[in-house]
Amino acid sequence: MKFVKSVGLALLGTALAIGGAPAQEKTVKIATEGAYAPWNFTGAGGKLEGFEIDLANDLCARMKVKCEIVAQDWDGIIPALQAKKYDAIMAGMSITDERKKTIDFSRPYAAGPNGFLVPKDSPLAKMPGTGQAYNLGSQKEAAEKAIEAVKPLLKGKTIGVQGSTIHANFADKYYKGTAEIREYKTTEAHDLDLAAGRIDAILADATSIIGTLEKPEFKDYVLVGPSISGGLLGEGVGVGLRKDDQELQKAFNEAIQAAVQDGTVKKLSEKWFKVDISPKG
Amino acid sequence: MDFAFMQEAFLRLIAGVPLTLNLAFTSIAFGAVLAMLLALMRMSNIKAFDWPARAYVFVFRGTPLLVQIFLIYYGLGQFRPALQELGLWGFFREPYWCAVLALTLNTAAYGSEIIRGGLQSVPYNQVEAARACGMSGFLLFRRIIFPIAVRQALPAYGSEIILMVKATSLASVITMMEVTGLAAKMISQTFRAVEVFVVAGLIYLVLNFAITRIIMAIEWWLSPHLRRPPAVEPRLEAAHV
Repeated sequence: MKFVKSVGLALLGTALAIGGAPAQEKTVKIATEGAYAPWNFTGAGGKLEGFEIDLANDLCARMKVKCEIVAQDWDGIIPALQAKKYDAIMAGMSITDERKKTIDFSRPYAAGPNGFLVPKDSPLAKMPGTGQAYNLGSQKEAAEKAIEAVKPLLKGKTIGVQGSTIHANFADKYYKGTAEIREYKTTEAHDLDLAAGRIDAILADATSIIGTLEKPEFKDYVLVGPSISGGLLGEGVGVGLRKDDQELQKAFNEAIQAAVQDGTVKKLSEKWFKVDISPKG
Repeated sequence: MDFAFMQEAFLRLIAGVPLTLNLAFTSIAFGAVLAMLLALMRMSNIKAFDWPARAYVFVFRGTPLLVQIFLIYYGLGQFRPALQELGLWGFFREPYWCAVLALTLNTAAYGSEIIRGGLQSVPYNQVEAARACGMSGFLLFRRIIFPIAVRQALPAYGSEIILMVKATSLASVITMMEVTGLAAKMISQTFRAVEVFVVAGLIYLVLNFAITRIIMAIEWWLSPHLRRPPAVEPRLEAAHV
């Protein structure tokens, strides 16, 4: 009897605690990958850090909600959003038509082209198109010409990409058959394999490559190739949301717009990427 | 459940079956040889053989296969200059061989314990009977001990083979596109985790169903003494006249 009574009291206490919490303090659970430096990564102390962690905290303050940021493996990040394990994704996720069939996005909070990471002493280091930017959406012909120009050099080489990304789709569409494409779970894994010499090049987001180049082990590597964005590569990076969550989408859109306008996104971008990748216009 | 989509998923995932079976059977073949060697080392009663075999089994049974795959692939990848000097880099450069090596080392540890159990369960009176018939050494091992031990070990070894077929799914973490690797890729393109994983699960189920039947057939073939003797027509002879 005593046991039943104490359990009953405990339950009552819990119910009171829940009921008594202030109703306006809404918690938004945001998932990130935690392995995509400098966008989001697990720092030395085991804590999540990076551009998106800082930005998420800023956006939550603007939306007046409490934020909880959790790490989630990239390849399950959309299914788990749909399963309501969390409410939003901020994980360097590009807004693509393919993903829009399943989830909704906020307006973009960053824009980022791709590029190749190769060893300095490799023949690939002289890749044509280095330093030139093309938009696969608005300048399709010019962009595809630049992609074709790279192909002879990539013949018979092995390219590493992170699986389930726009870069994997891009590599499958344009370089499959020319080069062998290997898919990795994380960008850190393909970085390790490039350093080990198992693959000849990495195709990834230029911002992520810049992050890799900062590590001392990669001092003899260089970012090359045309900077391609748009089209198949998406309209930029946005917050991933469930389709039925219009309220949260509206809140994120307003917060992002404000953060872009007052220069917060630019400031954070320069802090983490050394360049400004805030969306323009 | 969208059956048209599941059919499409099936056709894409089935392309990974050859690699899944290749990884499983290559490593089971190498692993069985190594397992036999380890079991004989354990039973040699010579400390210099016994202790290394015990240490090996302890390490490879006591650590997760995923960790072993990571250590062999990414860990050894960091020692490329040393491996190149030894002429081993050609082997460790390929994810396929790294996967086969990890799976082989792992299954050898489990397999050696199963084989040891089988060898130790051979009744001593059978060995004595064989000796009484004049058999000894290799002849005794080949004719009496090994066949009985195989029969005893087969059910447990069958489980090990099934575990290995499933363990190949871990090779997808080192870029091998076997059934699970293809499933993960397809999910990333369609975001339909349930259907794709149901199909992947069914493929493994069918593979393992076939394997269990084969093992059962071998067990039946190896155990004539447990089968019911074929019905013999009673001879219609007058026993007593």
